[in-house]
Amino acid sequence: MSLRKLLKNPWFGPLCALLVLLLLFSSLSPDTFAQQANLTTMLRQTAVLSIAAVGMTLVMIQGGIDLSVGSVVAITTVVVARALRAELGPVQAVLLGLGVGALAGLLNGVLITLLRITPFIVTLGSMSVLRGLAKGLAHEQKIDADPHGLDAWMAPLSAGNPLLLPAGVWLALFLAVLAASFLAYTRFGRHIVAVGSNELNARLCGVAVDRVRLLVYVLAGLCAGLAGVLEFSTLTVGDPTDSLGLELEVIAAVVIGGGSLLGGQGSVAGTLLGALLLTTIKTGCTHIGVPNWVQEIVTGVIIVVAMGVDRLRQNLR
Amino acid sequence: MVGPRLVVDRVSRAFGPTHALSAVSLSVAPGEVHALLGENGAGKSTLMSILAGADRADSGVLSLDGVRFSPKTPAEARQAGVQIVQQEAALCAHLSVAENLFLGSEPAWLGVVQCAKLVRLSEAALSRVMSASNPISPRQLVSELSPSQRQLVAIGRALAQPNCRLLILDEPTASLSQAEVSALFGALGSVKAAGVSVIYISHVLEEVEQIADSYTVLRDGSNVASGRMADTSPLELVTKMAGRVLEEVYEHPERLAGEVALSVNGLSGVRLPKGASLELRRGEVLGIAGLLGAGRTELLRAIFGLNRVKTGEIRVAAWSGGKALSARSAAGPSAKARLAQGLGLLSEDRKLEGVSQRLSIAENITLSSLERFGSFGLVSSKRQHTATAAWITRLGIVCQGPSQRAQELSGGNQQKLALARLLQHDVDVLLLDEPTRGIDVRSRGEIYRLMNSATREGKAILMVSSYLPELLGVCDRIQVMRRGVLGAPKRAAGLTEREVLQEAML
Repeated sequence: MSLRKLLKNPWFGPLCALLVLLLLFSSLSPDTFAQQANLTTMLRQTAVLSIAAVGMTLVMIQGGIDLSVGSVVAITTVVVARALRAELGPVQAVLLGLGVGALAGLLNGVLITLLRITPFIVTLGSMSVLRGLAKGLAHEQKIDADPHGLDAWMAPLSAGNPLLLPAGVWLALFLAVLAASFLAYTRFGRHIVAVGSNELNARLCGVAVDRVRLLVYVLAGLCAGLAGVLEFSTLTVGDPTDSLGLELEVIAAVVIGGGSLLGGQGSVAGTLLGALLLTTIKTGCTHIGVPNWVQEIVTGVIIVVAMGVDRLRQNLR
Repeated sequence: MVGPRLVVDRVSRAFGPTHALSAVSLSVAPGEVHALLGENGAGKSTLMSILAGADRADSGVLSLDGVRFSPKTPAEARQAGVQIVQQEAALCAHLSVAENLFLGSEPAWLGVVQCAKLVRLSEAALSRVMSASNPISPRQLVSELSPSQRQLVAIGRALAQPNCRLLILDEPTASLSQAEVSALFGALGSVKAAGVSVIYISHVLEEVEQIADSYTVLRDGSNVASGRMADTSPLELVTKMAGRVLEEVYEHPERLAGEVALSVNGLSGVRLPKGASLELRRGEVLGIAGLLGAGRTELLRAIFGLNRVKTGEIRVAAWSGGKALSARSAAGPSAKARLAQGLGLLSEDRKLEGVSQRLSIAENITLSSLERFGSFGLVSSKRQHTATAAWITRLGIVCQGPSQRAQELSGGNQQKLALARLLQHDVDVLLLDEPTRGIDVRSRGEIYRLMNSATREGKAILMVSSYLPELLGVCDRIQVMRRGVLGAPKRAAGLTEREVLQEAML
């Protein structure tokens, strides 16, 4: 009975897959992969992806999609870098970066709710527009800037630091817990699920569908902005060509974690596991010397297998 | 003496030149169940839209408990205490029962849902509609509920709204079994007792007779009759709705059963049916009775190759209309192979499966037999249209022409369309799953006539229906299915509703 209940959990599958892969890579490459330093590095590399994916989880549960994530991350790094070069303080630069993300989300949300254009098309458009804007703002070059301490958020910690993990990783974890509780326990969170599950019924029940939708895109934009800030912390440059194709990885993380393109389904915990799974495959394959092209094939197979397992799980009922 | 809950006074509504409603009046007392009857297109939906605030009357007055009532939006109507539960209850499948019951008005503190309070409120709301035999937990996900449980949750939701005074139920029993219907009616008893008025829309007159206190019959947008339910009879109501004297709703000519067209032996599906056997002969109509969920639909789908067959044997006689089949395709269990053998299935789900809503009438009717409308993989739309025009005339499909989209047709006309596809394919065996569900009396009569002419041509019909009078009236023989087990065939002529129900339920 309890096993059945466990199996019903959407994040159970990804968790098993993650554990299996971690064990596999650890046994194949015990000297490098299974070291604390490597595991910390993996968490650092997952932070940006998982923050963007938390936003995407909300969007996909609500029944939409956001293809502009990668472009928002890129333009945020550019804006933060330019702000720092313009002698703005790090706090102002970060706020400006978050603002750009939220604004991009607002733009997506307004077009989707007011003009009733499908999210796929709107965000396909804004993906291109924002990428172009980023390149224009950066004059098609990387922008070097003194990070003013922002790099410390993502930098490896010195040995014996009581924080254990860099601040950026803690931030990602905190955001995930916040988003999960928000989704499960607040009216607004439940309305997000309701809209994704059955929009017409939600409207009939007096849920302000358009407001929910608009806010979800703003929140997703904000998450992408935050991801962009952390990306800048990692790179310490503003790079308009950064995070090309990140949106696909982000969507993959959500889908592996039990999300559905049809809406209504998905969980923050699952998404987090999905993001970790993607990083583990990448890092693990590198450690055991598997070439890049094989990694891509493995990642693709995992995404489809995750869907298949999810199908089986739902038939279990 | 309390005044009426709802008064509709000479309400009219026109769409262009058509008068959807002309000076319709009715009155519903507090705690009364009022049946609104009429064929499709009689004006019921327009009146409901006006009551629900989705549409506005051109002239006339509505009042609720003596106060003028003219809702401009659905939200306004709901605030005034008018709640509608649609035919197929719309709920959020991914949310729990409790969350659905109070969606949009969740008890919350600073935006955080108060779970314990929500569950407590839900238990109270559910207790008004739930029977002990059909328990629903507030924490269950709606995706795990049966259709009748969903219907009850939707009604519970409507009743839980603040100051719910008038409940409108649109075909609430369309997807329910007999036992579930009585559970629903039990719930409606307590709704009435609480003083809530109910407007009950249904095509099933036997149910209406059982539950309603009073009725109004609409025809072509006008009142044709109203009164107390006790003073009328279903036959009288049908006569008023159709506007003509019906000798008998069910025409049942003498039929001569010919050779065996389909024989099923010990057929078991993955879950349902369980070891079903039957023998269907040319020129006869065999009915499958049973409660919803008994496995009737699964039986038809297994025969047609849409559901996996675990064990058992299905034998189809050689198709009169087609080329000889290779042994391999004859053994193949796919729907394509079954169609090639001369079997055709009419789906119970007209909207999603039976008819391709976005395709034209012509494309729908010719969809399974496209290869006859051209060669080398090409399709001649001219020939499609010629063939379709003939069916439109023969079946009396009310439409603008062969190229009109199916989704623009009424339910009854869509069903005729779905049937026309099988007839166009010229199948020998028609598997009809709920062929008259949710369609008006006149279309029903037309579908019975089509079935009669099909049997005269030597076709065999296997029919599933949840509406017993229909089954008894139309079929030659009836087999009752109970929890996946199919009973022995009986002649319909001597059978009574009670006997069939007893076999299905006890």
